[in-house]
Amino acid sequence: MLLGRIFKKPDNAKLYWKQIVYEMVSLGLGSLGLIAIISLFMGAVVTIQTVAAIDSPLIPLYTVGFATRQSFILELAPTVMCLILAGKIGSNISSEIGTMRISEQIDALEIMGVNSASYLIFPKIIAALVTIPIIIIYSMFLGIIGGWIVSTYSSNLSVSDYIFGLRWSFNLFHVFYALIKTLFFAFIITSIPAYHGYYTRGGSLEIGRSSTKSVVYSSIIILIINYILTQLLLV
Amino acid sequence: MIAVKNINKSFSGVPVLHDISISFIRKEINLIIGASGSGKSVLTKCIVGLHEVDSGSIEYDGRDFTKMNFKERKGIRKEIGMLFQGGALFDSLTVEENIKFPLEMYTSHSKEEILDRVNFCLKRVNLDNVNKLYPAELSGGMKKRVGIARAIALNPKYLFCDEPNSGLDPQTSIVIDNLIQEITLEYDMTTIVVTHDMNSVMETGDNITFIYNGRNWWNGNKHEILKADNKELNDFVYASKIMQKFKNL
Repeated sequence: MLLGRIFKKPDNAKLYWKQIVYEMVSLGLGSLGLIAIISLFMGAVVTIQTVAAIDSPLIPLYTVGFATRQSFILELAPTVMCLILAGKIGSNISSEIGTMRISEQIDALEIMGVNSASYLIFPKIIAALVTIPIIIIYSMFLGIIGGWIVSTYSSNLSVSDYIFGLRWSFNLFHVFYALIKTLFFAFIITSIPAYHGYYTRGGSLEIGRSSTKSVVYSSIIILIINYILTQLLLV
Repeated sequence: MIAVKNINKSFSGVPVLHDISISFIRKEINLIIGASGSGKSVLTKCIVGLHEVDSGSIEYDGRDFTKMNFKERKGIRKEIGMLFQGGALFDSLTVEENIKFPLEMYTSHSKEEILDRVNFCLKRVNLDNVNKLYPAELSGGMKKRVGIARAIALNPKYLFCDEPNSGLDPQTSIVIDNLIQEITLEYDMTTIVVTHDMNSVMETGDNITFIYNGRNWWNGNKHEILKADNKELNDFVYASKIMQKFKNL
């Protein structure tokens, strides 16, 4: 029912567009710093762990670059980063809309004749669908850079091996697979917290509960959808 | 005029409003009074359509609001201005943007015309140099005034005020009461004020409805309320020591 209201024709497309741009900046730019730090360090750690795990001379060292690339493109960037974003963006959306609900701001919108569900949630969903895939590509890139930084000072791995591994057996479909997953996750990250925020009742305690619920539910649903999409697209 | 006819409302099977009928008159301050939990806020929310009634009708100048769909209601809602208890100003927008909001949403005026209207509304509620402030930077009284400015931005026919004096000092309360009174006459509006502030009642009550246990218990004006022979109403009116002294005079 809420989804039906969210996707109704906007009252004023110009105002909605303004709101979408605002949300893109708020959701997208606001997450870049966190994603950069996490991606760089995770890329570095995955590389070190893979180097440490290879103890057989039969396994070529370029496997390290290959493993870092594959783990980042297939799982770490789309799934783990989206789980982190579910915590950061999800709790933000839920508490923002929940506060608007209990402070009667949503009632004020309704009385003005504005479709509050659409005005508050639609721009967030569109902004997330546009910006989160970009953030995930940025995370893939930075994760790989993190591994490259390790290869530049590691005595067990050369830069050329790492780069060869990155380019070895590259399948572009894996990037598309990651982006398809990301689109689903972006929708989950925004719609579930928005739902919990929109139906918050009571006071500040309930805002906290809605926020927690939305992060827990969206994380679980991301993991389930991840499994289903992987089964459908990769097997 | 707004006519409420035989409305009933319950939540999860618990009746909150029982067969309420009231007429709210144009160019008058129509007060809904009653103790906390008596159902006055639910009644107001039913009238503006935030809650659906179980039965009965609500007519805005002869137009039955309860039989309208969302699109038809939108037409009426554009004619409604509402001042909320806490102001309900949009936190992320400045004062100017808050008042601009309904104008940008529903009019095709130029930016300059909209800004002129914003400044006019702010001037009307006696506020200057607050355009760029955020709601968090305003005092309680200023928030109420900005709420009124936003409510009158689209020249509404109907004004609803939910506890306009709550959290305000007595002097500011009088200023807000007078402002609501002036605006009602100036804009030819039907104004409904929900309150339990007896000062406001005595100051502005042209048409008073006393709600008791979800029922329309008593109707009258500020002169009649002091002489009313109604136990529940008298318990409410003379609850404070000042009013008791006033009664004994």
